[in-house]
Amino acid sequence: MNTATAIRKQTIAKAMSEALASEMERDANVIVLGEDIGKLGGVFGNTGGLLEKFGANRVFDTPISETGFIGAAVGMAGAGMRPVVELMFVDFFGVCMDAIYNLAAKQAYFSGGQVSCPMVLMTSVGGGYGDAGQHSQCLYATFGHLPGMKVVIPSNAHDAKGLMLAAIRDENPVVFMFHKALQGMGWLGTVAGSITDVPEGDYEVPIGKAGVVREGTDITLVGLGVTVHHCLAAADALSREDGVEAEVIDIRTIAPLDRETILASVRKTGRVVVVDDDYLSCGLAGEVITSIAEAGIPLASPPQRISHPDIPIPFSPALEHAVLPNAEMTLAAARQSIGERA
Amino acid sequence: MTISNQSHRLWMYENMVKSRAFEDAIKPAYFEGKTPRFNMANGPIPGEMHLSDGQEPCAVGVCAHLHEGDTVTATHRPHHAAIAKGVDLDRMAAEIFGREAGLSGGRGGHMHLFDASVNFACSGIIAQGMGPALGAAMAAKLRGSDNVAVAYIGEGAANQGAFHEVMNLASVWRAPLIVVIEDNGYGVSVSKASCTAVARNADRAAAYAMPGIHVAGNDPDAIYEAAGEAIARARRGEGPSLIEIETSRLEGHFMGDQEGYRPEGEKDRLKAIDPIPRYRERLLADGFDTAELDACEKRAQQAVDAAFVFARGSALPDQASAFTSVFTERSAA
Repeated sequence: MNTATAIRKQTIAKAMSEALASEMERDANVIVLGEDIGKLGGVFGNTGGLLEKFGANRVFDTPISETGFIGAAVGMAGAGMRPVVELMFVDFFGVCMDAIYNLAAKQAYFSGGQVSCPMVLMTSVGGGYGDAGQHSQCLYATFGHLPGMKVVIPSNAHDAKGLMLAAIRDENPVVFMFHKALQGMGWLGTVAGSITDVPEGDYEVPIGKAGVVREGTDITLVGLGVTVHHCLAAADALSREDGVEAEVIDIRTIAPLDRETILASVRKTGRVVVVDDDYLSCGLAGEVITSIAEAGIPLASPPQRISHPDIPIPFSPALEHAVLPNAEMTLAAARQSIGERA
Repeated sequence: MTISNQSHRLWMYENMVKSRAFEDAIKPAYFEGKTPRFNMANGPIPGEMHLSDGQEPCAVGVCAHLHEGDTVTATHRPHHAAIAKGVDLDRMAAEIFGREAGLSGGRGGHMHLFDASVNFACSGIIAQGMGPALGAAMAAKLRGSDNVAVAYIGEGAANQGAFHEVMNLASVWRAPLIVVIEDNGYGVSVSKASCTAVARNADRAAAYAMPGIHVAGNDPDAIYEAAGEAIARARRGEGPSLIEIETSRLEGHFMGDQEGYRPEGEKDRLKAIDPIPRYRERLLADGFDTAELDACEKRAQQAVDAAFVFARGSALPDQASAFTSVFTERSAA
């Protein structure tokens, strides 16, 4: 293992492609397929350099046939390979969900454990850049709701590499979501906090474990992907302007959800705001708050959630930014929570 | 051909008979607890039941060419293909009864039979097996083996997007895939003629630059010949083929189907051309002796009887097992 300690600032895109390359080197069963992942290196940069390095027998561009190639990946995984598949936008799941939730997610169960399905489905999520409602959704809850799949989303490059290595090595289908606002593509704009030191060499960020990314005692802010950065920004303002120390939890794994880490924090702080940029109703924030309620944790003020309202994501920036969760909404909710008593 | 090099014909006959005997044993078991009032949830075999009576030639004519390492994905009407691929009959029966000793401990039932030891799987969504079969074919190709994969689908599945996506991909990738369309004329109740733009689905292969072979007559020998060529071609690395087989569904879409959509007298006409007695006659005419065929039938029946005894004797699964096998544990690297 390389133990170099030099700081290597990287984007999530670069960290993903580095993880893919190192695992492809280690394990000949790992192959990458999907739309535009070869010569282009992925629309979102996550497969850059792989075709040149590993050749067309391990990195192949597919036609725009998601049902076909995701279904094929299930067959490859069942035959002992480890396909990593790109579903460019999570919004596209509508044309291929059968291959995901009926095939990949049920192969282990319906075979009674005879046939596993070790595959990774990479897919971008999130809006904020005016791409409208068919290219900006998150759908965390949609995927988190369906059994048989693991679902992860990194908020920074360090976690992206470690989660990718863990995802490829997992024996199950892992939906690896990456948020476009964090990806590090020049043409998308990138939240600075997502670009972090990425250690060389081999490390995993365990699937199924949330992270405490800022310790605090007064209120718990829970986010994932880009909303972790909204929570961190709100926490900074609370500390600076209000003398309030917020604890920030990065969910990191949507399924299986690490309830324990969240509950432990809320037990300590007694206040909670959950921020996700997926649709509100029947959503992930609601699931987190339900878990807190079920645990019977006494709260000092009512739990709050900030999510995208139950409307399609609008195009015009004037509309989109009015409804997309952000740091200001998070800060306002936290202040309301601090000011209220249950 | 001399009789001595035609052992595959006896194998085909025995497996057709075994499949029919299996379905004949399913019928009374399925209706236990469902008469006089039909409620699908009742009896030792709940849920939908799709019998493959009449379609046995499609299974044996193709699978006679396959080894354990070759993959088969089948449909919601899977028993004949499973038997011809060599799926463990005892555990298959137990799975259909929802028992602990079933192939997947009762988690899947008759539409979700998996036997990894012979690379067989089936599923309940139309054309769904196309993708996994392509993937298994590509895994074989990428690893340099000469194994192939067969995707069985019904003629209704040729109108599904998954069919067309995978046909194109298989051709682009020159995958060792054989797509077998069992054309029984009906998607549940809707006739092929009323819902398909082409008279022959084999013609659709041309759109994907692959051979499309049409086999008439529900004839095991003709299917054997067509499949042999397609499978040999795939093993040689020359890419995929489509085989369309005209077959017949002697029963309804599912057990309990009233079949009011069939034209008057159709079922009688189909039963009159039941492929199994016809094949027995042909084998006798070709010089096989009665004793040999009787022995095939006896072995088949004994295997089925034993499988049903095994299934009924198997315990119901422990409730806690509903929560296992959702995920696969990672073994230490």
